[in-house]
Amino acid sequence: MRTNKESLLVQTDRHLLSGREYRGASRIDGPLVYMRNTHAVGYGELVEVTSPDGTRRAGQVLDTSDDAVVVQVFEGTDGLTLPGTGMRFMGEPLTLPVSEQMLGRVMNGLGKSRDGSAIPHGEAERDVNGEPINPTAREYPRDFIQTGISVIDGMTTLIQGQKLPIFSGNGLDHNQLAAQIARQAKVRGNSGDFCIVFAAMGIKYDVARFFTDSFEETGVLDNVALFLSLADDPSIERTITPKTALTLAEHLAFDKGKQVLVIMTDMTNYCESLREIGTMRGEIPSRKGYPGYLYSNLAEIYERSGKISGRSGSITQLPILSMPNDDISHPVPDLTGYITEGQIVFDRSMQARGIYPPINCLPSLSRLMKDGIGEGMTRADHPHLSNQLFASYSHVKDVQNLASVIGEEELTTLDHQYLDFGSFFEKKFVNQGFDEDRSIEQTLDLGWEALSKLPSEELQRLTDEEIAEHYGK
Amino acid sequence: MKERIVGQVKRVNGPVIILKDVNDAMMMEMVRIGEQQLVGEVVKLYDGQATVQVYEDATGICPGDNVYGSGMSLSVELGPGLIGTIYDGIQRPLEKLMGASGAFISRGLNFPAVDHEKLWAFVPTVEVGAIVHCGMKFGTVVETDRVLHVLMIPPSIAEATVAQIASEGAYTVDDIIVTVVLPNGKEEKLTMLQRWPIRIPRPVAERLALKQPLITGLRVIDTLFPLAKGGTVAIPGGFGTGKTMTQHSIAQWCDADIIVYIGCGERGNEMTDVLREFPLLVDPRTGQSLMERTILIANTSNMPVSAREASIYTGITMAEYYRDQGFHVAIMADSTSRWAEALRELSGRMEEMPAEEGFPAYLPTRIAQFYERAGFMKCLSGIEGSVSIIGAVSPPGGDFSEPVTQHTKRFVRCFWGLDRSLASSRHYPAISWLDSYSEYLGDVRSWWNEHSDGAWQLHRLEIMELLQKEVRLQQIVKLVGPDALPDSQNFILEVCALFKTAFLQQNAFDLVDRFCSVEKQVKMLSVILDYYQKGSEAIAKGVPMVKIRRLKVVQEMARMRLTIGNDDMEAIDKLQLRLERSIDQLGGIYEN
Ligand SMILES: Nc1ncnc2c1ncn2[C@@H]1O[C@H](COP(=O)(O)OP(=O)(O)OP(=O)(O)O)[C@@H](O)[C@H]1O
Ligand SMILES: [Mg+2]
Repeated sequence: MRTNKESLLVQTDRHLLSGREYRGASRIDGPLVYMRNTHAVGYGELVEVTSPDGTRRAGQVLDTSDDAVVVQVFEGTDGLTLPGTGMRFMGEPLTLPVSEQMLGRVMNGLGKSRDGSAIPHGEAERDVNGEPINPTAREYPRDFIQTGISVIDGMTTLIQGQKLPIFSGNGLDHNQLAAQIARQAKVRGNSGDFCIVFAAMGIKYDVARFFTDSFEETGVLDNVALFLSLADDPSIERTITPKTALTLAEHLAFDKGKQVLVIMTDMTNYCESLREIGTMRGEIPSRKGYPGYLYSNLAEIYERSGKISGRSGSITQLPILSMPNDDISHPVPDLTGYITEGQIVFDRSMQARGIYPPINCLPSLSRLMKDGIGEGMTRADHPHLSNQLFASYSHVKDVQNLASVIGEEELTTLDHQYLDFGSFFEKKFVNQGFDEDRSIEQTLDLGWEALSKLPSEELQRLTDEEIAEHYGK
Repeated sequence: MKERIVGQVKRVNGPVIILKDVNDAMMMEMVRIGEQQLVGEVVKLYDGQATVQVYEDATGICPGDNVYGSGMSLSVELGPGLIGTIYDGIQRPLEKLMGASGAFISRGLNFPAVDHEKLWAFVPTVEVGAIVHCGMKFGTVVETDRVLHVLMIPPSIAEATVAQIASEGAYTVDDIIVTVVLPNGKEEKLTMLQRWPIRIPRPVAERLALKQPLITGLRVIDTLFPLAKGGTVAIPGGFGTGKTMTQHSIAQWCDADIIVYIGCGERGNEMTDVLREFPLLVDPRTGQSLMERTILIANTSNMPVSAREASIYTGITMAEYYRDQGFHVAIMADSTSRWAEALRELSGRMEEMPAEEGFPAYLPTRIAQFYERAGFMKCLSGIEGSVSIIGAVSPPGGDFSEPVTQHTKRFVRCFWGLDRSLASSRHYPAISWLDSYSEYLGDVRSWWNEHSDGAWQLHRLEIMELLQKEVRLQQIVKLVGPDALPDSQNFILEVCALFKTAFLQQNAFDLVDRFCSVEKQVKMLSVILDYYQKGSEAIAKGVPMVKIRRLKVVQEMARMRLTIGNDDMEAIDKLQLRLERSIDQLGGIYEN
């Protein structure tokens, strides 16, 4: 057994040894490199990997023991050889130099410049893994963000500091919607110091291009930090991209007091990269081959949002994920829904009917809207109105089902009124233009206009006073 | 050197660490790892090696790091000062952590669970020379306005004689309050503080039969699927179906004395919400702030996974401690699935053989052990107390056939299944009246009948039958349309629809509706059944159903949960009278 003094010596040795280069890997498997005979290396340490041609890549220690160290290399292992691979263990975890000057820049998943230009020196170095926010230090988010999109503002209100993902599918208009939200989002009566952090994981170049163009058109590009890890970049880089992006977001929000909107797309690609590593390491998978720790891992990303009491900034997350096969019970949307504060769910059949945004509000939900709407925030009738719209619209679905069995002719007058209401709701309330920016009052008035298609005694979620004030006006 | 080194780190794999050169570590011993002093627990011992579960993020731990033993099992501090506090999964007070490391939680911090400086007003209840037994009360302190904390002889002392006891006055939890002499002549000095290992249930004298309901203020639960004090219930449901809201509502309004709320692997903001809201809410029964009876444990989803595993035990141990003082404690665990997943993750990292879906084979045993710690007990002191467990379950994909839901079902006696389609049509609480059940009906029957003039049992049966009939009628309607049904049957659909909006639905955000007293529940149900009775009679006389459903008073019934307060029972009586009169009038018109 080692005495304390000896242990202190070991500690000092380790400090001296960090940064020393080892050569020759014992095994390379996908993004993982195994190395033997190193000094004692700490779990989670940053590793600088040198390839035979001298280029450097970043990696992180995934497993460390007396005999071997397992390192995941974020920039991929292409071109590495067993004898030609060098490694330097840096004695500390992966950090990101953060600064306000990163706004307006395009970086890779590790925060290095993508266009070769120099990234300005950081104002601080931050561990990209972050630390959990103490629940006692949080401030409960309450400020309504007006996105100008009726179905969101009216039915699944976005709150500053919320994490609200978009559950979409291939070929649906989620990028348009995210861009529109980024363009139009505002907290009324408070312009604030607003900026965007954009993290792209495994998306195609055109999609990234679509976003930069859209930011450029509206002149906000200088206020956007882009972390791009595109489809042809090493898939492992995606596993660090959201963390890098959120590290900057935390700096901007909690040190600089900015209102940060973080758009992350596509979370499904991120999860697939995690699955790849898990499989490679022979871990016991849970559902659909995804690792058992996917929930905790996603939580470490999504929970890096919110507000901290006593600080003026906030992080609002808008993750986008595509549901494989449009299946909402697939592990990625499923686990996401268990962590985030609601979800916005896209519906392929609505897009097919030409409705933009194709949001089905029934499975959609904003858990934070309860404290952000109503008198003094949006309008006094908003809570009951949205309840009523939900209830009535969900009845429309029942009537539609019935109609498909017995035929529309057999329906009662009331049923027909419901169908009229449903069609107005989808075509006039939900449907709107890419550039159409509706105020919350316009949205709520449209909601009342939809309800006026129904007889007033059907409106049981509203009070008599509300009906008297708004119904049929 | 007073520190005992139990071994050195050999391998680090996330929250699981292998030690080498181990000789005197104990199973379940709490240890500290490396110079960062991270908290861990020994979970396996073999061939000079040990497996340790780390309760903090293991970044930076190296092979060769020393591991220090504490000589005791992972345990909690029990004494005055727990109520109103928010802890992490291993009972570290989050407020204190914030004081030390700011808004973000750093590692290796260590704080006692209760304030060791604070003075408590102690009142002795035994005298020198008295013979005391384990569990017996030797004094009290006022912990909050509502909790009179009972200080007890710890379970380790079977019998002893009081040699000395402090006089009434102010003391800290470290001050020696009582000195007792054991039968073998040894002296023991007791403070207000006890320690208890979290994985071992605190002993009781006897398990008693359950007989009282735990009144939650939620109609669908109390009236249809009641939980008994000392009982266990699972709330399974897909994301966003209302598990947390249901548990928050129960934590706020149920008639337990003490609430232990465990946020196990869930959202940070939800805990913040409780923390901000509870102190402002007033208990309708006592008029005091709800925080005066609540202990919170927050191990949010982004906090270390092994502490999530421990949080459940930390919570239940504190609950048992208050039960032993004679309180009725309700514990909410949100969500037990995250706890089971923590078990799975740790088991995977320890390279154990998985059983179903990667979960370890001992999952059912662990679930059973947890729920078995509930019960209505005769405590060691002879006093009665109870622990009721309300566990949320988060099945992947909302599919109840998965292992955690299935195994939980084996060990709980009450089941409130949340239904995705109810939730998406905003029928809250989305507790399905078809999938849910309570095996406590028999246990709480006499209590309920006493409190409803004997009506509860019959009324409950009657409405459940109507709901069953509704299912069959709906099937017919789906095939041939509603017009094919005679009015008498269409009226059943009508009454069930009304029952759902007027009774089953309950808006947690509405100031009137969020809590419903027993009396109001009884009256509301009786009005609705009266409507069915009178309406059916009128229809038999030839009154068309549409006429009945258009009655103004029927619209009022649909809103009575929102418009009539808990203390305005007369209003419901009046409503019932008007209802009967209106239907009679209609009947009068059609009779001729
Ligand atoms: N009784 C209720 N009254 C009003 N709204 C409710 C009620 N129950 C649930 N809701 C609504 O449903 C939303 C989701 O509920 P909740 O957070 O309890 O779901 P959950 O089952 O805990 O989900 P998760 O598993 O993701 O944590 C709430 O934010 C609220 O909008
Ligand atoms: Mg929940």
